Amino acid sequence: MTDGPTNFIETPFVRRKRRAESLAKWVFLAMSFAMVVPLLLILGFLVARAWPALSLDFLLDPPVRGMRAGGIWPALLGTIYLVVISLAVAAPIGILAAVYLNEYARDNWFNRLINLAVINLAGVPSIVHALFGLGAFVLAAGIGKSILAASLTLAVMTLPVIIASTREALASVPRSFREACWNVGATRWQTIRAVVLPNSISGILTGVILQVSRAAGETAPIMFTGALFFKAVDRGDLFAYGLLEQCMALSMHLYVIATQVPGVPEAVPYATAVVLLGAVLLVNATAIAVRVYMRSRKKW
Amino acid sequence: MTEIPPMPAAGNVAAPVPRAPGRPRWAVVGERLLEWIIRLCGISAILFVLGIFYFVFAKAAPILLDKEFSLTEFLFSTKWYPTSEINVRYGTLALTVGTLAVTLLAMLIAVPFGLGAAIFVSEFCGPRLKETLKIVIELLAAIPSVVWGFIGLSVMKTVIEKTTGAPVGVNVLNGGIILALMSVPIIVSISEDALKAVPDSYREAGIALGATRWQLVYKVLLPAAKTGLLAAVLLGVGRAIGETMAVLMATGHAVNVPTSVLDPVRTLTATIAAELGEAPEGSNHYRVLFLIGVLLFTITFVINLAADLVIRGIRRK
Amino acid sequence: MVSPKPTIQVQDLRLAYGTKEVIHGISFDIRRHEIFGIIGPAQSGKTSLLRCLNRTIDFTPGVRLEGAIRVDGEDVRQIRDVFGLRRKIGMVAPLPVGLPLSIYDNVAFAPRCAGVKARSELDGLVEHCLRQAALWDEVKDRLHTLGTKLSGGQQQRLTIARALSHQPEILCLDEFSIAIDPVTTMRIEGVLKELQSSMTIILVTNLVQQARRLARRTMFLWNGRIVQLDASDVIFSEDPGNRQTYEYVHGIFG
Repeated sequence: MTDGPTNFIETPFVRRKRRAESLAKWVFLAMSFAMVVPLLLILGFLVARAWPALSLDFLLDPPVRGMRAGGIWPALLGTIYLVVISLAVAAPIGILAAVYLNEYARDNWFNRLINLAVINLAGVPSIVHALFGLGAFVLAAGIGKSILAASLTLAVMTLPVIIASTREALASVPRSFREACWNVGATRWQTIRAVVLPNSISGILTGVILQVSRAAGETAPIMFTGALFFKAVDRGDLFAYGLLEQCMALSMHLYVIATQVPGVPEAVPYATAVVLLGAVLLVNATAIAVRVYMRSRKKW
Repeated sequence: MTEIPPMPAAGNVAAPVPRAPGRPRWAVVGERLLEWIIRLCGISAILFVLGIFYFVFAKAAPILLDKEFSLTEFLFSTKWYPTSEINVRYGTLALTVGTLAVTLLAMLIAVPFGLGAAIFVSEFCGPRLKETLKIVIELLAAIPSVVWGFIGLSVMKTVIEKTTGAPVGVNVLNGGIILALMSVPIIVSISEDALKAVPDSYREAGIALGATRWQLVYKVLLPAAKTGLLAAVLLGVGRAIGETMAVLMATGHAVNVPTSVLDPVRTLTATIAAELGEAPEGSNHYRVLFLIGVLLFTITFVINLAADLVIRGIRRK
Repeated sequence: MVSPKPTIQVQDLRLAYGTKEVIHGISFDIRRHEIFGIIGPAQSGKTSLLRCLNRTIDFTPGVRLEGAIRVDGEDVRQIRDVFGLRRKIGMVAPLPVGLPLSIYDNVAFAPRCAGVKARSELDGLVEHCLRQAALWDEVKDRLHTLGTKLSGGQQQRLTIARALSHQPEILCLDEFSIAIDPVTTMRIEGVLKELQSSMTIILVTNLVQQARRLARRTMFLWNGRIVQLDASDVIFSEDPGNRQTYEYVHGIFG
């Protein structure tokens, strides 16, 4: 490096500076990996412990012998019910709310208040959402503890996820497209439907998928609004629950067998955790894949 | 004004189709209706936040009128005996301290690591690694809290018992580590946004003056991004305080003012989750649990408001 | 000679963004079926003026508008059917904005918004507009490919076709030639000369010579005020009667 006739000879000062530079780089690298590596180890450990219990039967069988053996079918099914219904409620409201905030709202105090509300809705602790669901849907609305009440609670809780990513997607559509539409006499809604929504579909889809992952993993909000310790369901029965009945859920089931039921063989809670984790990560990976795919075929 | 040259003869370029018939009435009315629905959805966020406060507060309110109940005791007493037959006490100080202890430990771990990772991602690494790390962090954020709790209860518990010799492996340390891992993603992503928001001209100016990248980071970028980093930390704190399932499972479930990180504690959120199922509806115990909900709502509201003001302040600049 | 009735009357128009006034009370008329040139340096309020005309200025927050703009005698600010007003006015932006739709859908967008549904009508209209914009022969075999995949000059003609698709009575072109090559510019200028017989054309341009070639009358706008408004022959002559005009037109300042 210092070879040859040059004025740029490394002085001790510069050398120190360069060492500090590479030291800093390695420290930050280590800090980044300090989060990632143990996590991978832990996940590997979970899968290794769960391995003996994991099978297709584990997914499709109902739990037996006081949840100490058998599978997780009723919990899996309950989670699917909860997710689908909460999605059906949260997606339209969330997307339209984002459309309002990005396309209609002007920058005034009222809309700043809406923004603040969205941020706070995302920040309210999940257990407070549970109290809200209990107070509003179960008791005040008289729905009772049920899939419907739990799904509505989940929907309110996951609304900000959809609003945030839809908004980001809408904001990334260039303003000039909107102006071009307005110039030919299109109304706001015609503009939104013909140009804005079709071009932000990937972001909206990402938001919806993230909502699914969030709703599937939550425990606290459904604990007192509709989740149940145990319900007998036949193997593979797809229509085991009614809308106004309580149901089991995967996250709740994991909590119950990990803390409340004594004498569960070790592999069972591990396997339940791996199924829940696997499902959530798979859904998130889909969201990432959608994003990458859509980015590669952008139209402008 | 001078004479205008004569107009050219109107060579007719006739349109081949008649003028637009205009939109049918139902389409116009339907569109107006839809716009009202959109507005309503926009306002729904406010309605939900107000609704949350109202319904939680309404269930808690009767206790405030109860003569036996003292708000001072609720906030500042460490005696939590909600189901005692003879000496019912609703003091949440131990729970608050438990929450703060776990949150503080979590932040002591998560803030340096989160900021370090954000600096690495934003300033030091190549685009490929950056993309990968961001995806990993996103996946980290997606892990459900009950799974974190299970990790604390199964893996972390054994590790802590073996390494520290603590009698119980579910304690402040366990909960703190789990919460740290849970809040790192939000700290990383908001901090990275804050660093990204520093104009490139600052970087160029720094490099032109012969600064190394490290000098650039701690002399230019950190001061320039400090409010954004503050917001990141605030949001991390908010996340940690509100977390329920993970701390319910990982902190040991003992109402206790901790004296060391190896003591088991119980947090505000965990108390609601653990006891609401058993408290008879409408009892004082039930109402006090809702009052804890009001307390939590207020704390997180203030924290989120502060973070929002900080972030908004940056944008205005 | 009888001077035709004005299509557009602007009276004492003032426009402010927040506290910053950008147009300081200007008045002028535009007659039916003339090409009206507006020249002036950047930031003199030309684009804002056009946006007032079709009321897309409404979408900018914090705008204050005073005075009156009348289109066919109706004050645009009193018009209730603002979409009808916009359909009456075709607008071509400086940078071509092909909507991320197919070429066909780009042109058919406005008629569809206005309620035209029949496929045969749309087909005829699309072909007519693309022909008017001198683009038909180049794209007739790929009408269903993305409009954004066209070259810059083609995209600009596509936006002209789109602006014509709702059969406007007034066509506004805002510096349409800044993003395209001179040959395409000349082709479009030829198109405009033909269109003049059926519609009023407002040509905002930063190319002084373009206004000279096309416009019958030209307005020189500077810093939100009219410096001079006269027949193009006068404006571009050696003695326009105004020193600033002379200097701008002959490239001495601006």
